Amino acid sequence: MNDSNGNNQPMLEVHDLHVKVADSGILNGIDFLVNAGEVHAIMGPNGSGKSTLANVLAGRPEYEITQGEVVYRGNDLLAMEPEERARQGVFLAFQYPVELPGVRAWQFLKAAVDALREHNGEEELSAREFDRMLREKIQMVEIDPDLARRTVNEGFSGGEKKRNEILQMAMLEPKLAVLDETDSGLDIDALRIVADGVNKLRSDSNAIVLVTHYQRMLNYITPDFVHVLMDGRIVRSGGPALAHELEEKGYDWIRESVEASQ
Amino acid sequence: MTTSTIRYPRYHEDFQALAAIRPGPSWLVDLRAAAWDRFNELGLPTARRGNERWKYTNLRPLAAIAFESPQATDSTGGLDAGTVRSLAPWDEAWTNLVFVDGKFSEALSTIAPAQNGTVCSDLASALNGNSGPVRDGLAQLASFDDDAFAALNTAFINDGASIQVPDNAVTASPVNLVFVSTAGPQPQVTHPRTLVQVGRNARLTLVESYVDLTGGSNFTNAVLEMAVGQGSHVDHFRLLMDTPDGFHVGTSRVLQGQDSSVTSSSFTTGAAMARNDFLVTLDAPGASCDLRGLYATTGSQHIDNLINIDHAKPHTTSRLFYKGILSGKSRAVFGGTVTVRRDAQKADSRQTDKNLVLSHEAEVDSKPSLLIYADDVQCGHGATAGHIDQDTLFYMQSRGLDRATATKMLIQAFAAEIVDTVGVEQVHGFLETVFAGSIPAESVVFGGRP
Repeated sequence: MNDSNGNNQPMLEVHDLHVKVADSGILNGIDFLVNAGEVHAIMGPNGSGKSTLANVLAGRPEYEITQGEVVYRGNDLLAMEPEERARQGVFLAFQYPVELPGVRAWQFLKAAVDALREHNGEEELSAREFDRMLREKIQMVEIDPDLARRTVNEGFSGGEKKRNEILQMAMLEPKLAVLDETDSGLDIDALRIVADGVNKLRSDSNAIVLVTHYQRMLNYITPDFVHVLMDGRIVRSGGPALAHELEEKGYDWIRESVEASQ
Repeated sequence: MTTSTIRYPRYHEDFQALAAIRPGPSWLVDLRAAAWDRFNELGLPTARRGNERWKYTNLRPLAAIAFESPQATDSTGGLDAGTVRSLAPWDEAWTNLVFVDGKFSEALSTIAPAQNGTVCSDLASALNGNSGPVRDGLAQLASFDDDAFAALNTAFINDGASIQVPDNAVTASPVNLVFVSTAGPQPQVTHPRTLVQVGRNARLTLVESYVDLTGGSNFTNAVLEMAVGQGSHVDHFRLLMDTPDGFHVGTSRVLQGQDSSVTSSSFTTGAAMARNDFLVTLDAPGASCDLRGLYATTGSQHIDNLINIDHAKPHTTSRLFYKGILSGKSRAVFGGTVTVRRDAQKADSRQTDKNLVLSHEAEVDSKPSLLIYADDVQCGHGATAGHIDQDTLFYMQSRGLDRATATKMLIQAFAAEIVDTVGVEQVHGFLETVFAGSIPAESVVFGGRP
């Protein structure tokens, strides 16, 4: 079923993924499968390994993969450098977006878009073409247009940083977007704007993995699947109802029911 | 003359030889002789504890070389105009004075028509003509009583630039000084001297560039003296692009009158040892200066910026902002001292030094300091040294940029904070292309999350 265009190929297959950092295991065998058009929510208490999973998918270097594999559109994702993953359509919205002192958002975004275009065999955008594209996306994610003239993330409020991540996502149009606690630190208005932005970017040809501690973001972005992560394992998977159940009963409820079944 | 021993025979020999062939007016002969005696007494400074001015800069390699005075060559030194124009900021409409191995090259220079009475000439001609302003101004600001390099330069005073801007004159186009060192049979020393006298309510843009084409160990011992009169404004740029084995000591002395303002930007790369010794005296109320600098070191280079701002009078303002980019096993020293004298009330001063350290072996000694003797002042200072960390690089990589591109972007952004303050288009363009191109763009990755 995996034709060369990847039409029926899964977007992401994670098999038995084990990850260590500084000698302690933080992912202890993760399996899940994401198809194009799907939104998966990864939920879990603090320290469950969900941010690790998000970062491993994007290629953060300090993790050691000890076992398992990750296949992205038929290719070994773990063998790729982070920039290669990005150019092939993987995007991580950071939980803590990094400040780039002195680097203008405009310049950074242009370089990112051009790197992607070069990878796809397309020409660099002219400044004018890029400006037009940027203006369009800025409106889409309801961000302050001034942000593009400012230094990346420097002096941005928490909400601005998160919105800027969604702007970057809109510019890069990833096939697989991983959102790492994008809802944390957002007030309700900012959350709505960020969620609206994500919903606008959602399509049949891309997939989204939402990593979150709380259910509230899922009120705005309805997932197709919810996975609950605990101690580095997915302990339960289900539909959107699972998130509501979690919100009501808390993670202890899952922990107890998992322990009871062991 | 005393019977003190001759400590630097090579310099002494050259001093005597040059004295014989460059007689000059008697005041100049006396000045050179006094400076020579003082140099011989002082000797070259040694890096040691307690010698704050030279604490972190070792002059032994410089002292170990018997530099020769350049042989007289034809005035172009074999350089063609096209080469010279690519070495430094340049515009045909400017007054461009080119010096090859310390000697003025009329053939390579272009003198714009005199603007509002401004006089620009090579110092040798001014000395030969026994110019009154030069006689009155020379060695007034660059005291050699306690400064061996100023003494040595003064002992060898012969060529350089002389610029006089009369009252109310606005020199619209910059005066551009380009000092080029070329290869000789042995390492060479030159002592270029620049005297700038700006009258009242006048305006001047001055660009000084020091470049070395040899890849060898030449030594440039330059002195600039600049007096800025009441209500005048000077924009000054000083570029040093030395070779990795070159030596450079630049001593700049600026005296500012009432309500005058000076902005001075310094850009330094290369050099086995480069020292920029800059002193601005804010000598009357309302005087202000804004000093900026960017230094980039790599390999085993050493760049030492010693910047002193003297708030001698009340209501004076200073800004000092330097940035350094260090890689390899290089070392940079930043010693910024702002002095506020007892009656300099309402002085306002900020000084900052920021460094980007790209390797584990590079080192910066940044010592901004304040000496405040007045009680009603606003002064602040700070220094930082940072590096490119794994989190930053990963963030940029996750957007599709490879490490080399990301690193280059961060380094250029760091430099741009100084480079982009340059308002003279030709200088800015030169810095963005030639100067920025000489800044290393590789970094060791530091840290990462535990």
